Amino acid sequence: MDTAFIELDRVEKVFDVRKKTGFLKRERRQVRAVDSISFTVPRGEMVGYIGPNGAGKSTTIKMLTGILTPSGGRLRVAGIDPSRERSRLAHRIGVVFGQRTTLWWDLPLIDSYRLMHRMYRIPDGRYRENLDRLVELLELGELLDVPVRQLSLGQRMRGDIAAALLHDPEVLYLDEPTIGLDVVSKAKVREFLRELNTENGTTVLLTTHDLQDIEQLCSRVMVIDHGRMMYDGPLAGLHEAGESERVLVVDLERELPPIEAPPPARVVKVEGPRQWLAFPASASAAPLVARIAAEYPLVDLSVREPDIEAVIAKMYVERAATA
Amino acid sequence: MDTARLYAAVAAGGFRRYATYRVATAAGVFTNTVFGLILVYTYLALWEERPHLGGYDQAQAVTYVWVGQALLSTLAIGGGGVEDELMERIRTGDIAIDLYRPADLQLWWLAADLGRAVFQLLGRGVVPFAFGVLVFPAAVPSDVGTWCAFLFAVVLAMVVGYGIRFLVALSAFWLLDGTGVVQMAWLVGFFCSGMIFPLNVFPGALGEVVRALPWSSLLQAPADVLLGEADPWRTYVFQAGWAVVLLVLGRLVQAMATRRVVVQGG
Repeated sequence: MDTAFIELDRVEKVFDVRKKTGFLKRERRQVRAVDSISFTVPRGEMVGYIGPNGAGKSTTIKMLTGILTPSGGRLRVAGIDPSRERSRLAHRIGVVFGQRTTLWWDLPLIDSYRLMHRMYRIPDGRYRENLDRLVELLELGELLDVPVRQLSLGQRMRGDIAAALLHDPEVLYLDEPTIGLDVVSKAKVREFLRELNTENGTTVLLTTHDLQDIEQLCSRVMVIDHGRMMYDGPLAGLHEAGESERVLVVDLERELPPIEAPPPARVVKVEGPRQWLAFPASASAAPLVARIAAEYPLVDLSVREPDIEAVIAKMYVERAATA
Repeated sequence: MDTARLYAAVAAGGFRRYATYRVATAAGVFTNTVFGLILVYTYLALWEERPHLGGYDQAQAVTYVWVGQALLSTLAIGGGGVEDELMERIRTGDIAIDLYRPADLQLWWLAADLGRAVFQLLGRGVVPFAFGVLVFPAAVPSDVGTWCAFLFAVVLAMVVGYGIRFLVALSAFWLLDGTGVVQMAWLVGFFCSGMIFPLNVFPGALGEVVRALPWSSLLQAPADVLLGEADPWRTYVFQAGWAVVLLVLGRLVQAMATRRVVVQGG
């Protein structure tokens, strides 16, 4: 029953865009923000949902909260059709929009929490319990009486995350939760999310531009572009899907012509005695290293793993070319 | 019951948000007092020439001015109600947050605006009124009943005022930049509420029309209750009628807006 907590079956969202083409003349055009997307997320999973700006990520989240009605397809969260029963669903979901705040700007943080208490009809005992726990985990103790407008971005984000969790939602949608945060704040937010997922079993759908968020938190990642699903699977598989390459950095004793490496390995850059060789991420580095060590005066070497950013960028380009 | 507690909490928040800005409140009191002085001298000159203009004697005209100053920011007749924030939220897309909450958009902002209005009445209204009626010869009722009747009319005026401004705010879903609509609403509201001149001084068809429009619920109606010039119950029926019409209209437009219009931004 719980196998598919979030369920999308060929979901579409089409926007009518009117473009001005002349004086009083308008041209109507349809934009497919989400184009036949299907996926399921089981209860308790933590999934990364990534893609470039305008890919359709936020539109998907808005449909999952019920703010936007899909133009086609079937969408269910906890068995509920979000746009039809937005209020009922609202009690079971938590949402954090990184670039927006749900908190009362002019008033102390605690006032917003008291409002959540009323809004979500949280029983008094559970409200106090949850508040205490969240305040401790997110280190909000000294901030409760501070007006939200005086909080730093990182503090505000932690405040927003707490606000989204006071009513024990079964699923948490996070839209760019680490955007604009410094390294320490990012680490705090990630650590908290990991704990939330493992200890409470909260299902998490995480939209982000920061691939470290995904690397550190999600076992599964979905990549979307131009409203279409490009990839859905484990993080490791992204590399294969993107045909990514690792880079072997070789320091030789002196400046030499480019190393004659066995294909598909090849020299991509030479800078004095240092040379860069690219080879498929799926292949072992050992034979290549052995061969170079045998034939060249090797001083030092290192292997650079591909970063997903490059992988995804490459994936976008390739798909665009084949489309 | 739970619902009532939620909106009570929203109203309390609305009150306290405005209470935070004390310097702004003090500046507002000063502005209302100065504006009241300008109007009061104009009216005194006018009623000197034309006694009993619009059925008011001079003391009533003076009182009318200071009721107007007490209600100007309370009813956001010159702008400055929750509609500013609501429009900004629609423009930036922050409205998304209001929409996914298990609360009703129209009631939420009504509660917030009532909280704001009560603060403005106490924080910005009382002092200019007290100053005005103490310094100038005024017609202030001495019985508690009339004051209660007046305050109830003010509460209804708050709801009507919100009803109008909520509609103005929702226009931002289609226009995005609602500055023009806000200015138009401000101009019409200023004249038609009786902020410039009491509506009963206007003769003929124009007078009949402006007295029937919803804006006359804002200042003219409560002022006439206080001055003993109108039957409170008939006034309430008039105000409540407009309140219902405007809120229902607002609800329809809200449904249209949230169904058809794109929520801005990523």
